[in-house]
Amino acid sequence: MSAAATEPMKDLLHVKRRPARLRWTEKIFELIGAGATWFGLAVLIVLLLGVLWQGAGWLTRSFLTNYDSRHPEEAGVLAGLWGSFWLVSLATLVAVPVGVGAAIFLEEYQTKGWLRTMIEVNIANLAGVPSIVYGILGMAVFVKMFGAFAHDPKILELSLYFTTIEIPLPFGRTVLSGALTLALLILPIVIVASREALRAIPSSIRHASYALGASHWQTIRHVVLSAAVPGILTGVILAVARAIGETAPLLMIGAAVFLARTPGGIESPLDIVRHPHGLLEAPFDHFTALPIQIFNWVSRPEPEYRHVAAAAIIVLLVLLQVFNLAASIARSRTRRRARW
Amino acid sequence: MRAREMTIRVVLLGCALASVLTTVGIIYVLVTEALVAIPPEKAFFQEVSPQEFFTDTQWTPQYEDKHFGILPLLAGTFLVAGIAAVIGLPIGLAGSIYLSEYASRRTRNLVLPILEILAGIPTVVFGYFALVFVTPYVLRPIFEGLFGFEVNVFNAASAGIVVAIMIIPIVTSLSEDALRSVPHALREAAYALGATKYQVSAKVVVPAALSGILASFLLALSRAVGETMAVAIAAGQSPTLTLNPFQSVETMTAFIVNVSFTDKPQGSLEWKALFAVATTLFVLTLSMNIVSQLIMRRFREVYQ
Repeated sequence: MSAAATEPMKDLLHVKRRPARLRWTEKIFELIGAGATWFGLAVLIVLLLGVLWQGAGWLTRSFLTNYDSRHPEEAGVLAGLWGSFWLVSLATLVAVPVGVGAAIFLEEYQTKGWLRTMIEVNIANLAGVPSIVYGILGMAVFVKMFGAFAHDPKILELSLYFTTIEIPLPFGRTVLSGALTLALLILPIVIVASREALRAIPSSIRHASYALGASHWQTIRHVVLSAAVPGILTGVILAVARAIGETAPLLMIGAAVFLARTPGGIESPLDIVRHPHGLLEAPFDHFTALPIQIFNWVSRPEPEYRHVAAAAIIVLLVLLQVFNLAASIARSRTRRRARW
Repeated sequence: MRAREMTIRVVLLGCALASVLTTVGIIYVLVTEALVAIPPEKAFFQEVSPQEFFTDTQWTPQYEDKHFGILPLLAGTFLVAGIAAVIGLPIGLAGSIYLSEYASRRTRNLVLPILEILAGIPTVVFGYFALVFVTPYVLRPIFEGLFGFEVNVFNAASAGIVVAIMIIPIVTSLSEDALRSVPHALREAAYALGATKYQVSAKVVVPAALSGILASFLLALSRAVGETMAVAIAAGQSPTLTLNPFQSVETMTAFIVNVSFTDKPQGSLEWKALFAVATTLFVLTLSMNIVSQLIMRRFREVYQ
């Protein structure tokens, strides 16, 4: 009796158990997936620890205030830090208005049609162009200006009330050339981020603005843009972070790998007050940048410079994390403020 | 008021056209220096025949006996990108499957920002990592110590490995998007038929998201081909036609960077060779991106 009753039960249980081969496949598949997922974290930890181990002892106060040197112990990142500061500030100053303007045009004005499609496809493709190609564009257009002034370089004098700005033509290997190239490079990032921020603003608040008699531009300027600022800011910060680390296009532009001078001779924020004229000279000065210095030190044969490079990488990564942190703060602000 | 609105519109149009102008600028510069120049100038391909460029096996623009055969550079590029693909694509895909099908929300929220940080690390840092860590502490002990290969200080393998690390975040995040956009009904139907989790993931979800995964692979490959600094630092500067991953090679991007150090006079053949290589690189990456976008667009249409 009891045997007859358990027989079918046992059968059922047997069916429920999967074949051993399959159970193993299940386990192994999940393990591989987990391994692949955590691989990124493992690499990141190894990389950071490695860089810290190599560079920590070399990251001193004088490392931040010294110029590059033929003696590894005395080498520093002062020129690179100021170079990167000027490059990224000017690039942002150019790319943000243009990028936000383009985003507004695509989201608020030209919302359909071939023109929009063409610009969209173009932006999508630009985002995939290797950065070195931007470097080539920058070199041909800004540094050499198609060779138009190859035989007689000119200096354009722009006189303001209190002083004159001397603009070299072609721009040559200056901060300005580098900044404009970086601006072109980050333009797609700014446009894409700004478009997303604008799209997140519901049309109801636009309609409310129109209902109150506001014009198209007034609505964009005072309602849509002000609501989209945190979102745009997030994108801009990420674009800046991208620009800080860019190396290849700056090498093409002709950034100096060894330079004991800061753009405009401004070595500390105090210098801006002491000789403000440096502010006007800086964009037309020669430059180096933090990632360029890293590249230079990595390429040196002396092993000590590996440590110098590691110290500079720590500085660069800390800078990047500051920007990433700022971006995530801006992002969480956006989420908290959005109440529609 | 009308005039002001019009002016604003035109200014904004100008901003939008700036990006179009960038593309036009890139194409103009590449074409006039590499393909057809404005007379009396001569472009690269008006002096060196395309046949020589694509079939000669030597690349020696800086020597007395000049050869302009891009094959060594292409081989170097594909060797590095190939190593990166062999390592990076499977890891990226496995990670994306795990994140989309297995991982808890907490794991996802932890891993995705980490991948973002990894993706944001400047490539020059990866070059340093390849040269200072990967070659001496990974490649040398394994391949030189155990198997007896000769591993050069500069080698394609170390460059390929760090480029793989760079493309993993791209593959993982894009493929994960594709996997997650597969409708839940498909998974539930498979479970109802008694399929296991592995069977559902590998035999239902992955095939359904295949076009999105392929698109992410292509994008990652195009990134690997265009990658510059890590490769210029780690892979070396000797344009040799080889498939040995432990030898020093030169990629197209590394050549472009190396030429930029020496201030070649504008108009010299070496200067123009730079643009011929850049044109090849641009066409290659652009076509990969376009195909990737086409696949992506098709895949979006299927499930919406």
